[in-house]
Amino acid sequence: MSAALRPALLDEAQHDPQAKARLGALLLALVVLWPLAQLAEFRPWLLFDGANLKVMGNFLAGFLPPATNAEFLGLLLKATLETLAMATAGIALAFVLALPLAFVMTQSLSVSRIGPGPGRWRSLAARAAVRALLTLLRAIPEVVWALVLVRALGLGPAAGVLALAITYGGMLGKVYAEILESSDTRPARALLEAGSGRIAALCYGLLPAAAQELASYTVYRWECAVRASVVMGFVGAGGLGQLMDQSMKMLNGGEASSILLMFLALVLLADALSAGLRKLLA
Amino acid sequence: MTFQLERVGLVHPNGHRALQGVTLMAAAGERMAVIGPSGAGKTTLLRLLACGLQPTEGRVGTLGASPWQMSARALRQHRARIGMVHQAPPIPPRLRVVTAVLAGRLGAWSTGRALRSLLYPSDIQGARDVLARLDLADRLFDRCDRLSGGQLQRVGIARVLYQAPALLLADEPVSALDPTLADEAVRALVAQSEASGATLVASLHAVDLALKWFPRIVGMRAGAVVFDAPASEVTRAMLHELYATEGSVLPTQGHDGVALPGLPAPGSGLNVVPLVRPGCR
Amino acid sequence: MIEAHVSATDRAQAAGPCLTCMAAMALIVVAVVASFAYLGIDYRALVAGDSLRLMLKFIKEFFPPDMSGAFLAKTAWAALQTLAVSALGTLLAVVAGAALALPAAGRLGTAARQGARLVLNLLRSVPELVWAALMVLAAGLGPFAGVLALALHTSGVFGRLFAEALENAPREPERALHDAGSGAIAAFVYGSLPLVMPQWLAYTLYRWEMNIRMAAVLGFVGAGGLGQMLYFHLSLFQQAQASTVLGAMCVLVVLVDALSSRWRRGLAPAYA
Repeated sequence: MSAALRPALLDEAQHDPQAKARLGALLLALVVLWPLAQLAEFRPWLLFDGANLKVMGNFLAGFLPPATNAEFLGLLLKATLETLAMATAGIALAFVLALPLAFVMTQSLSVSRIGPGPGRWRSLAARAAVRALLTLLRAIPEVVWALVLVRALGLGPAAGVLALAITYGGMLGKVYAEILESSDTRPARALLEAGSGRIAALCYGLLPAAAQELASYTVYRWECAVRASVVMGFVGAGGLGQLMDQSMKMLNGGEASSILLMFLALVLLADALSAGLRKLLA
Repeated sequence: MTFQLERVGLVHPNGHRALQGVTLMAAAGERMAVIGPSGAGKTTLLRLLACGLQPTEGRVGTLGASPWQMSARALRQHRARIGMVHQAPPIPPRLRVVTAVLAGRLGAWSTGRALRSLLYPSDIQGARDVLARLDLADRLFDRCDRLSGGQLQRVGIARVLYQAPALLLADEPVSALDPTLADEAVRALVAQSEASGATLVASLHAVDLALKWFPRIVGMRAGAVVFDAPASEVTRAMLHELYATEGSVLPTQGHDGVALPGLPAPGSGLNVVPLVRPGCR
Repeated sequence: MIEAHVSATDRAQAAGPCLTCMAAMALIVVAVVASFAYLGIDYRALVAGDSLRLMLKFIKEFFPPDMSGAFLAKTAWAALQTLAVSALGTLLAVVAGAALALPAAGRLGTAARQGARLVLNLLRSVPELVWAALMVLAAGLGPFAGVLALALHTSGVFGRLFAEALENAPREPERALHDAGSGAIAAFVYGSLPLVMPQWLAYTLYRWEMNIRMAAVLGFVGAGGLGQMLYFHLSLFQQAQASTVLGAMCVLVVLVDALSSRWRRGLAPAYA
């Protein structure tokens, strides 16, 4: 059918039908942008304000050379070890917390799901409760926990370890349950049907298959924990973060740059270790 | 002389020889069809003419100039006067038909106009006219991923028609179209050539279409020109020898159609980086 | 009767988990014990009757939270400020990330690619909180420092993700336009950008959701919003007010989670 047979339709839609919608969206964006900028106190000219420039300039100027005096290096090493220890201890506690919770929560170990029997609603409720608990533990960032716990336990890595244990316990628990449920559940189910206890079913049925994945994820979380430990130090939980916070409050650029370099090196190290361990476990 | 190839040879970087001693020239306004079996080098020849590939031997002259001795800027302007219809339309699926067609003149438009046209199409009437010639005017504002393979191929043709180049190249432009639509599409290409005085070179898989529409036929095989004759002088024997078939059927439109290797389907070839990347949160 | 053929490999497998795995496990156990030893946390002091009582007293001070109208209004305002910081920071990061993604994907040459990747890695590696502490020096206390911190860190993330998407996209559309005489910018915008746009948008929304949580925390170093309020009230040992702010944080996170999963399901066809 050639165009000549449809003369009436030639005049239709000379305008882009999407134009109105696009214009509307653009106007909406602009209308929202202004109050957003006001709320966030968006004042880029502050970056070039004389006093700020002076402070920042002096600080940055102190970046080179990074501080290398023996006393500071001693502090730096101590702080790095403290950060590593905090991360490791925190993950260990999180693991201890997460494994039983995941065990309770995973459906593949549920005896009551296999067939009608007593305690069906009870176990359903228990699973739901554990899921809610894990979500709650995960909802608040670890830094917030650290801030609150520092007020309770005082400055130092104890607050950081506990904060990691709580939040990462929630994260590990959720992922452990997912891994346990997504692996082949037939061996466990067979064991449960044959009347074995749940722990035996876990160890002989699910763990052999899922252990690798569980370990791999845990090692990956450790790497994240190292980074989180540095961040928590800023609110008083010890380690590199607290050292950096102190150096910055004193506007000591040299120390800050040393710490930053050490932090970057630490992150690289943790990345390499974690990748290596995960490859080993695979 | 619209173009002039003198003993042109081309070897791909992987060592495969695509063209061998090709000598070919065409005057302004000429229309020729390039036919031959798969792997004959038709696509390579067209890409060479489009200034997309450099020859390893011989000399190439297009539109009265030596493209590979020009400055980058002059080459860009030179390329805008040459249009190529690709076998698989290189059109992003999410683009609308109107934008895909208007992209034909990006060589002539300033960057500012090009960007503004994305917000509001710069020449809706022009795009509509060109699509009307291919019976696609009603799909003007649709997204290209809502079109069939044949419709998308026609959009690719429409883009080049909109470009209105001086040298019109077409690489299997109708491979995904049924015989009626294919005939109309070739008619549109020929009409464009007649109206604007552009030279038209089309590689076609269907011999019947080539013989019907083109006064000059070039047969290629294994990277070399086997014959270059007016359509009236092309005999069945020549064709059979070209396609190395004896008494069997020669490829025509609708039979032995070529599958259209399109762009990878959205989400498949595009190696989607997983959205939920393991972030430390 | 089928005789069971016990091959050497079967026997080896039956012997138990591999040696390297055992060694790795042992190392991990040693590391954990060493960590606890090094930290020297006095656990007995933690769970001793006196300190336990003090802890319970501390927790009790959080309830009931301060629900007075004026304070709730202040908290709501701070929550809006946190949202604004996350939105603006993410927006700036999209622009910067897209700009850096082009050289990082190799579109401007190998030297530019290495340089861009280095810059992106640097931006990404420094945590947002550290950036915020630095930006407080550069721009003063307040939410603007938070915006800058999020923008800097997230542009590193976006740059890398956007560049990967660009590298995986087919080049034919852009090349075809370039061969037809189009300028580089127009060829990119008409040819490659439509191909990566859905992915870029998806990353942006996902990252914005994460940035809302982050923006709440940046206040700890003085970058405004709910975080600054929490820090302030905890420093003054005003547990009741702190509890309200914590509740607001929870509500914000839960709301964003719920909305985003609903939105993403609705948008799914567009990105299919």
